[in-house]
Amino acid sequence: MTGLSVPAVWRGRIHRYRLVAGKCNSCGRIHYPPSHSCPHCGSRGLAEVELPRMGRLVSYSIVYSVPSESRSKAPVILGLVDLGVARVISEITDAGPEDISVGMQVEAVFRRITEDGETGVLVYGVKFRPVKEA
Amino acid sequence: MPQPRPETATGIHGWGVYVPRFRIKMEYIAREWGWSDSQWKALAMIEKAVAGPDEDSTTMGLEAAAYALKRAGVDPGDVGAVFFGTESKPYAVKPSATIIAEALGVTPVTMASDLEFACRAASEGLRASLGLVASGMIKYAIVIGSDTAQANPGDVLEFTASSGAAAYVVGPSSGSAAVFEGSYTYVTDTPDFWRREGSPYPRHGEGFTGEPAYFAHIIGAVRGLMDNLGFKPSDFKYAVFHQPNGRFPLKVGEMLGFKPEQLKAGIVTPLIGNTYNGSALIGLARILDNAAPGDRVLVAPFGSGAGSDAYSIIVTDAIEEKRGKAPKVDELVSKKIMIDYSTYAKFRNMIKIVRE
Repeated sequence: MTGLSVPAVWRGRIHRYRLVAGKCNSCGRIHYPPSHSCPHCGSRGLAEVELPRMGRLVSYSIVYSVPSESRSKAPVILGLVDLGVARVISEITDAGPEDISVGMQVEAVFRRITEDGETGVLVYGVKFRPVKEA
Repeated sequence: MPQPRPETATGIHGWGVYVPRFRIKMEYIAREWGWSDSQWKALAMIEKAVAGPDEDSTTMGLEAAAYALKRAGVDPGDVGAVFFGTESKPYAVKPSATIIAEALGVTPVTMASDLEFACRAASEGLRASLGLVASGMIKYAIVIGSDTAQANPGDVLEFTASSGAAAYVVGPSSGSAAVFEGSYTYVTDTPDFWRREGSPYPRHGEGFTGEPAYFAHIIGAVRGLMDNLGFKPSDFKYAVFHQPNGRFPLKVGEMLGFKPEQLKAGIVTPLIGNTYNGSALIGLARILDNAAPGDRVLVAPFGSGAGSDAYSIIVTDAIEEKRGKAPKVDELVSKKIMIDYSTYAKFRNMIKIVRE
């Protein structure tokens, strides 16, 4: 058991499933995941916007030492993805360290983010993967 | 004057497919378990698609459904049913259909359920959708067939059991890319393939899966449909059947009187394996990717246990503007990352990890 909070997983589902961010009505900046107030100006006047599903990899980190529930995905690549209107931190999937580079185009895909042990809740949401030519 | 068939009031507004990128060659499976190459060559197989460690039938089904909605150009709020056909549910109890409906923005005013009938569950959802749409109870339905098919390591089934998904948006015939002309279902209690509660892998009746199951039920459904509609095999431009391997669909087509050129456009299993609930529906998608207005298509999924549905559809002019709105099957099949047997075994949870 990793002790995930089912209510917290449930509350965040729309943001994770549809890549919904918060847009500040005061300063106009967009942040993800959405919070109760704008992280830039503190305003509580926020609207929800769906983010673009294509972006570029700005930076990444390769995590070799992972929890046992992530062992089959190791090494796990965490990327900073620029979507034009906002930047998001996401796992980069369908790729190994040799497949990625800064500036490469990535696309959103719907995946299992994590799971609460072998009997607990499954957490789904958006990750990014390299765009591949046919 | 005869009443028009209810199916003629319905059509396909969008179709979408998802194929995971990972592929394993048949040689690797044969080498690992001491099979002769003649074994997989007799199944007319080359490679199969393998879901990644963070993919399951729900994630693949959502991707296929999103593509189908894109082609349909339908407001998610107008969708009144989401039917998810699978035999590889991530949760034994809890619907995947609600996860997909939520991710697509279809919730909350919609029917949503997971259906089970081996490889034919999605097809049952398709036929139910025709009735719901034709009756006016709902405007659109999304039908999804998705599986991460299981096979006991070393079993001959391992050559074909693969991962993939297909989805269709069904709605009124007006504005659709293909109109249904009729449908027919044929089922009996035939234990050709099963997986008991709690068992990780299915069992099958070897040769028993062929004649009394696959062939008898598809032939029963297709002949019933053609008799009802007064059609013969030459009336169809294409025919697509469930594809447990690369050989069976050609054989059943030949038994029914179809020619190889009517069958080949819809056969994808040699390149990606048997995607179970996605199998015939991915084949149909490949046909829609290339069909011309006026083409008549026969599609007949099959599920063990056992049953088959046959549908006749006519492609309309609207197909031209929908085709390019989402990736074609050939494009998805060609985007691949080759893996070896040990990576495949890890991705498909065949290696036991003791969790800390």
